[in-house]
Amino acid sequence: MKAILVWIGGSIMDPLILSRILTAETLGFHIIWATIGVGVPIFIFLAEGWGIYKKDPHYILMARRWTRGFVITVAVGVVTGTSIGLMLSLLWPRFMQLAGNVISLPLFLETFAFFFEAIFLGIYLYTWDRFKPIIHWLTCIPIIVGSSLSAVFITTVNAFMNTPAGFTLKNGNTLTNLRPLEAMMNPATPTKVAHVLSSAYVTAAFLLGGIAAYAIMRGRTEAYYKKAVKLTMIGGLILSLATAIAGDLSGKFLAEYQPEKLAAAEWHFETQKRAPLIVGGYLDENNQVRGAIKIPLALSILAKGDPNAEITGLNDVPKELWPPLYVHYLFDGMVGIGFYLIFISGLFLALWIWKRGNPWHPWVMAGIVLAAPLSFVAIELGWIYAEVGRQPWMIRGIMKVSEGVTTSEQVGLLLTLFTMLYVALAVIATSVLIRMFRKNHPEKELEERRIIL
Amino acid sequence: MHLEMIGITVLWTFLYGYLIVASIDFGAGFFSYYSMLTKQEHIINKVIDRYLSPVWEVTNVFLVFFFVGIVGFFPDTAYYYGTALLLPGGIALLLLSIRGSFYAFANYGARKSKTYLFLYGMTGLFIPASLSTVLTISEGGFIEKRGEHIVFLPWELFTSPYSWAVVFLAIVSILFISASFLTYYAYKAKDRPAMEILRTYALSWSGPTIVASFLVFVSLARHNPQHFARLMDYAWMFGLSLLFFLGAVYLIWRKRSLGWAFVLVMFQFAAAFYGYGVSHLPYLLYPYVTVHSALTNTTMGWALVGAFIAGLFLLVPSLILLLRLFLFSAKYVQGGK
Ligand code: HDD
Ligand code: HEM
Ligand code: HEM
Repeated sequence: MKAILVWIGGSIMDPLILSRILTAETLGFHIIWATIGVGVPIFIFLAEGWGIYKKDPHYILMARRWTRGFVITVAVGVVTGTSIGLMLSLLWPRFMQLAGNVISLPLFLETFAFFFEAIFLGIYLYTWDRFKPIIHWLTCIPIIVGSSLSAVFITTVNAFMNTPAGFTLKNGNTLTNLRPLEAMMNPATPTKVAHVLSSAYVTAAFLLGGIAAYAIMRGRTEAYYKKAVKLTMIGGLILSLATAIAGDLSGKFLAEYQPEKLAAAEWHFETQKRAPLIVGGYLDENNQVRGAIKIPLALSILAKGDPNAEITGLNDVPKELWPPLYVHYLFDGMVGIGFYLIFISGLFLALWIWKRGNPWHPWVMAGIVLAAPLSFVAIELGWIYAEVGRQPWMIRGIMKVSEGVTTSEQVGLLLTLFTMLYVALAVIATSVLIRMFRKNHPEKELEERRIIL
Repeated sequence: MHLEMIGITVLWTFLYGYLIVASIDFGAGFFSYYSMLTKQEHIINKVIDRYLSPVWEVTNVFLVFFFVGIVGFFPDTAYYYGTALLLPGGIALLLLSIRGSFYAFANYGARKSKTYLFLYGMTGLFIPASLSTVLTISEGGFIEKRGEHIVFLPWELFTSPYSWAVVFLAIVSILFISASFLTYYAYKAKDRPAMEILRTYALSWSGPTIVASFLVFVSLARHNPQHFARLMDYAWMFGLSLLFFLGAVYLIWRKRSLGWAFVLVMFQFAAAFYGYGVSHLPYLLYPYVTVHSALTNTTMGWALVGAFIAGLFLLVPSLILLLRLFLFSAKYVQGGK
């Protein structure tokens, strides 16, 4: 008990721990809204385009309603993003001072992407009845380009922290011979970008599909909802397969460039060939794996694409450089959810296309509703795994987290204030969204717009 | 031109852009709230909403651009300002977050609420006050380097007349810029009652703007005589600024060429803002950080300049499109679609 109190007392004082908590909290919160911001425009675009092509007002209405919700989430995405942007300098001044020399190019480019998105979002929102439908539909493209590019640019920064490149280190602390483009295109970039984008898109598919499925579960029968579920589940299956493939490639990347991260996720201690994949379980006090499912050869296949490949284990890494071992559960959770998303969208599409059974069965709908929160959980698990798995490094091999942190004593106060802000934002944004859609049923809107059901 | 001069010019220009667009936004928030208190909101809120709704996110990006850019071009500023400004910066950030999100909630959400409007109105005054103190701090005397530690001296800041003069100037300028823009916008919307109210706002905030500028001069002379001396080298820019100001007030008073009146207000602030900026050089933080000492390496510097030029090709046409659709389209402004 006393030890715990001492630990808490020490932590309240320690800018490092507080800064880590505040950063994690801000990013973890931003990523929810940012993911919606990256993914949802794709589906707005698909719905409006399909609606124009098929002359089906249901899809147009879908695009309109999604856009209205989207604006609220964008607003929260923008303010939390602004917070991170400034906070990186406030909490990690040494990191920004060093990294600013190498990696400020993508951060700078990102602001242009924001600009582009912001301008066209304003245009898109206020020109529904001003432009011809096709033109209006096309103004959605810059929104997609802008938001996806911001995700790409920021992900290159994060990739750089994992596999720094594009400079030469002199005397251990000065960077010379800088090559900004090479820093952006570091080894982690391709797989990370692919996986981050596909996972954002897939999350949007299940978010929107889950909302429509919920309405069907509650007994609504209009074709509007069924069309929304069909559209999003087609996207959902394709994108969840893409996410799994990109995730598999990320694993192969880790095996080559960040073996300690993969080994920690897999509780893989001894370097060996024909390595098994460990699912679930727990570690006893001697770091022996207990109660886990072992899939023979699977780790070698995941990591190198070859059952005979040799996989580096943690025992080859100095112990003070081990990431925390609980990341195993995060990784398992993410992968499990990934397979669940493939399963549920596949099940629905199979029932629908082969006309066996009832694709609108309440259990199937419930499965899709469940997939919506789960995909957000997967996003969070994935990021925490990626970040915690990099510990103790902030920039791998160059700067430890403890070396980047501010020396200011006031982080605690800031942490309290921002925690309150995020709680308030989450509560208010959700209630605004619920109120907005409750007051305005699609049935009512369809009637007002004289669309025959 | 040297790299550091290109960098600081670009950044200063974006800060100026932010000054104008954000002032309009901040002031509008305050006027919205004030008009609700005085039960005139039905007259002016329509004008305010029509302009702000499509552009609010763009305003925010100007600020993001500035602070991302300054860390990119001058990474040392991240270290000095970042360490020292944790608390004031965090609070400005908090206010910005409240404002941005509540604007969206109030505007796109289902109902107008007094609390949202209150938060939206009040943050509009506090944000500029807190952001402007960064400029105050850059004058030196509020951040000290003690050995390896960077220490921020909040008490000095709190008791400095210079700091309060700057805060005062920031607030009144915002109200003045905003009112003169909205007067023009209401005029374009052919909304006479709104224009009359906004015009009285613009005229009543013009006097305080000049008083505040004067106070800033006087207190800077005491706070940082060296900078003040350099300021005097550019006295002509401030004279010019005064002329623009007088022209603008004259036009607004006579209700003539209100568009030009607002352009003059923009010139007024441009002259003063660049005059201040140029005399501030080479310091980014007196006396520790200069544009030369903090400059990033040349490769990165030129990469950023390249990115900037490429970005402009994308940005300028899009911005023009935005303005044409929502500012210069008489039909939209007058409440058509
Ligand atoms: C809907 C979200 C989602 C789903 C279903 C999955 N992932 Fe994931 N994963 C992410 C969302 C995510 C992420 C949030 O996008 C992460 C965090 C950091 C990153 O680069 O992407 C991530 C990281 C991440 C990493 C670490 C990359 C690194 O640190 O560089 C690996 C190895 C995988 N994933 C592998 C997988 C596999 C094999 C999946 C099987 C289906 C999978 N992920 C599903
Ligand atoms: C450019 C991108 C990113 C940067 C510069 C960055 C930076 C950091 C830093 C400095 C920390 C604290 C030190 C540490 O524990 O490593 C951290 C931790 C963390 N970040 Fe990232 N991050 C980035 C992307 C993200 C994103 C998008 C998420 C999404 C959720 C995220 C999630 C987290 C989490 C959960 C932690 C806490 C880890 C812990 O407990 O230590 N990160 N990040
Ligand atoms: C350390 C990590 C991050 C930083 C510093 C950061 C920074 C920012 C900033 C400053 C904004 C506000 C821009 C504006 O004013 O419009 C923003 C918004 C946004 N961010 Fe982040 N971001 C981070 C992580 C991410 C990640 C990982 C993604 C994508 C998966 C992302 C996607 C977006 C998007 C799409 C927006 C626009 C708002 C929206 O559409 O919801 N960001 N971010």
